[in-house]
Amino acid sequence: MAESVIKVKELSAAYRKNTVLENVDFSVEKGSLTGIVGPNGAGKSTLIKTMLQLHPSLSGTVDFMGLPFKQAKKYIGYVPQRGSVDWDFPTNALDVVTMGLYGKIGWLKLPTRMHKEKAFHALKKMGMEDYADRQISQLSGGQQQRVFLARALVQDADIYFMDEPLAGVDAATERAIMTILKELKANGKTVMVVHHDLQTVEEYFDHVLLLNRTVMNHGKTTETFTKDNVAKTYGGNMRWMGEEKQYVVHTGK
Amino acid sequence: MTYTAWIIITACLVGLTCGLIGVFLILRRMAMMADAISHTVLLGIVVAFIITRELSGPHMLVGAILVGLLTAVLVQWLNSLEIENHASIGIVFTTLFAIGVILIATSVGNAHLDVQHALMGEITFIPWNTVNLPMIGSIPEATAILFLVLIIVVFMILAFYKEWKITSFDPALAASIGIPVVLMHYVFMSLVSVTTVAAFDAVGAIMVVAMLITPAASAYLWTDKLSIMLLLSGTFGVVSAITGYYIAAWIDTSISGSMAFATGIVFLISFIGSPKHGLFAKFIPNVTDNKALNEKSTR
Amino acid sequence: MWSILASSTTQWVLASTMILGIAAGMVGCLAYWKKQSLMSDALAHAALPGVIIAFLLLQEKNLLILIIGAAISALMGAFLIQLIQSTTRITEDTAMGMILSIFFGAGLMLLTLVNRTAGGNQSGLDNFIFGQAAAMVKSDVITMLMLAVIVIIVLFLGFKEWKIYLFDPQFAKGIGLSIRGMNFLYTGVLVTTIVIGIQAVGVILIAALLIIPSVSARYWTQSFKWMLIISACIGGLSGAIGTYISALGSGWPTGPFIVLVAGVFFTISLIFGKEKGIVSNYIQFKIQRKQLVNKQISLDHKG
Repeated sequence: MAESVIKVKELSAAYRKNTVLENVDFSVEKGSLTGIVGPNGAGKSTLIKTMLQLHPSLSGTVDFMGLPFKQAKKYIGYVPQRGSVDWDFPTNALDVVTMGLYGKIGWLKLPTRMHKEKAFHALKKMGMEDYADRQISQLSGGQQQRVFLARALVQDADIYFMDEPLAGVDAATERAIMTILKELKANGKTVMVVHHDLQTVEEYFDHVLLLNRTVMNHGKTTETFTKDNVAKTYGGNMRWMGEEKQYVVHTGK
Repeated sequence: MTYTAWIIITACLVGLTCGLIGVFLILRRMAMMADAISHTVLLGIVVAFIITRELSGPHMLVGAILVGLLTAVLVQWLNSLEIENHASIGIVFTTLFAIGVILIATSVGNAHLDVQHALMGEITFIPWNTVNLPMIGSIPEATAILFLVLIIVVFMILAFYKEWKITSFDPALAASIGIPVVLMHYVFMSLVSVTTVAAFDAVGAIMVVAMLITPAASAYLWTDKLSIMLLLSGTFGVVSAITGYYIAAWIDTSISGSMAFATGIVFLISFIGSPKHGLFAKFIPNVTDNKALNEKSTR
Repeated sequence: MWSILASSTTQWVLASTMILGIAAGMVGCLAYWKKQSLMSDALAHAALPGVIIAFLLLQEKNLLILIIGAAISALMGAFLIQLIQSTTRITEDTAMGMILSIFFGAGLMLLTLVNRTAGGNQSGLDNFIFGQAAAMVKSDVITMLMLAVIVIIVLFLGFKEWKIYLFDPQFAKGIGLSIRGMNFLYTGVLVTTIVIGIQAVGVILIAALLIIPSVSARYWTQSFKWMLIISACIGGLSGAIGTYISALGSGWPTGPFIVLVAGVFFTISLIFGKEKGIVSNYIQFKIQRKQLVNKQISLDHKG
């Protein structure tokens, strides 16, 4: 059994009066690529935000490589949802990627040429080198997502958290992102990804965490991502269409 | 230096300081917060006056910072109690402002503190109230304070340039890499408060909002680069201040009012003529711009 | 003290600020659900140049004419805010801040010009900034009363239409309600309330009378109907009590006192309100925690 780099114990969190996470318990192995899957409102984004202390937790502990978040911060990279920022902000793609290095640059210092080169390299890796000078609102959704990914890459973290990086992107971007994720995994990085597309879970992730306010199931995709477990997570509001892999999910509406 | 020169210098300092701060105000989507603080600062001045019984610059600055922060904290607190942002701002600033006006109208009753003056500003009085500074000699007090505030603002922007940028653009990422987002927020609110109170004497509470927001919004239409936006916004602020002064001198009316009006002219020109985001650019078919438009609609 | 109340002008003025408060409290509920509380502030400031221009054109202070001027100017402000935010990347709050301060600046330029002309200083236009209910004459009061009553009637008659319009515009459209028409009517009542209020409360603070009562009412009820009623009561009481207090001192401005009274109502609601008030929240929190602890204990037993 590989060493576990993330340990979450009895984590719970609430938005105002509604508890969205209750008694979340799991640990993640080093070098795994985990998909966090669950219905709308299951607390997927909240789980990540709570682990990174962007959202207050009610109870529980999270540690990374045996360290509390404050000390582990520099080993962690975070990719927020694309919709969480204002894309009309007056800045270009290269600049956004450079922001990933701000924590390392330190106070009272400006990014140097070396930092810019590093950022450019990351953009290149995402196939975005031609867009480095583009104002970010002039990029397509997929390109914006690649910029976000590049920003996470320059952070050179050991653990990555990504919130729906594949939502609303074109097929080419999806492929590019998955290539990078697999590469990260091959380099021994640990990656957790909030994912919404049940069709691709088996293809993309080696581990899966089924979440609906608490951990319903967690483990190797081949063992965990079964019809029964998924149905249980989605509260039975789900029909299986035709072949095994055609899922239609009815989220309570 | 002549009387007119001091007025123009003071006006330019207001335009420049407000223009710089304004850029971050609109990028952080806090334009109405500036409106709120510009009103509540009145309370800070009144309370400082009641406590110290004198209208001196430093006391007013301290009072303004405290009330500015109080405004920010109260708005945040009401927000956390499930009152929506717009309503919280509306409640906090009107109430604090009303208290300020009532204190002036009832207890203070002093000729030096006059609501009309605080709201409209009276830049024409500024050259009369001078202080003696070592090395420099006698200069108007309000001008000296504005100069000091400008230095503080420029220093803060330059020293923490990348931190302001990242906390304005993506607070979540900023927090995750260890930048104190909340602290930066309150530091920023303090900067807005000192800028407001320094500009108070010259342009008054309401016109300071015009000086803060409009040059920055105009600059936002011309450029896609933060550093250029800052330079442009500062320039627009100075240009509006000078234009406003001459309009006022020409038709003999309120200087602060016409400075606000002049920012409007600058905006109108940008709104119509800007090559990137102006009306002209919108209605002349342009291939590269279509993408930007599409992007905005999907956002 | 009671002699103030006995004077018939005061009675009239008191009645008019009360009706104004009621109208503003009700319209404020609409603005609250449209998430446009601050829009009322912007529109009120934008009304100033209209008031002065109307005065300049007619050279007399006829409240109805001034109100029409104010309304035109406020509507222009609303149109510009809409135009700026729909055609550029400038956000709504920035557009509001700009229009608010530029219009106010222009109003002030004009006001200074008017005050310089002979007799201009006696025009009492300064009162439009902070409001001076005591300066109102009987014809002003009657104009105000009539317009406020019209606003109240419009809200009252269209109660269920307003409700669907605010909560589910899509559905409203589906059942044949014209959203355009409702938007038009909404802007109409909002602007009317603002402009009739600026004589008594002033352009700077009238927004408070729209915002504070409606938010306070939220603390006492979950139903839209009761929210309207409670908000109207708080608005009316604030108007009346504030006007009464300001009449006690000579030259005390009316607007700030009305706002202060409304602020007190808000504080009371915030602390003691039945729904989500601080006290009731605290009690609920205690109960919730107790339940959670109990649940955990029983779980531990099982485990």
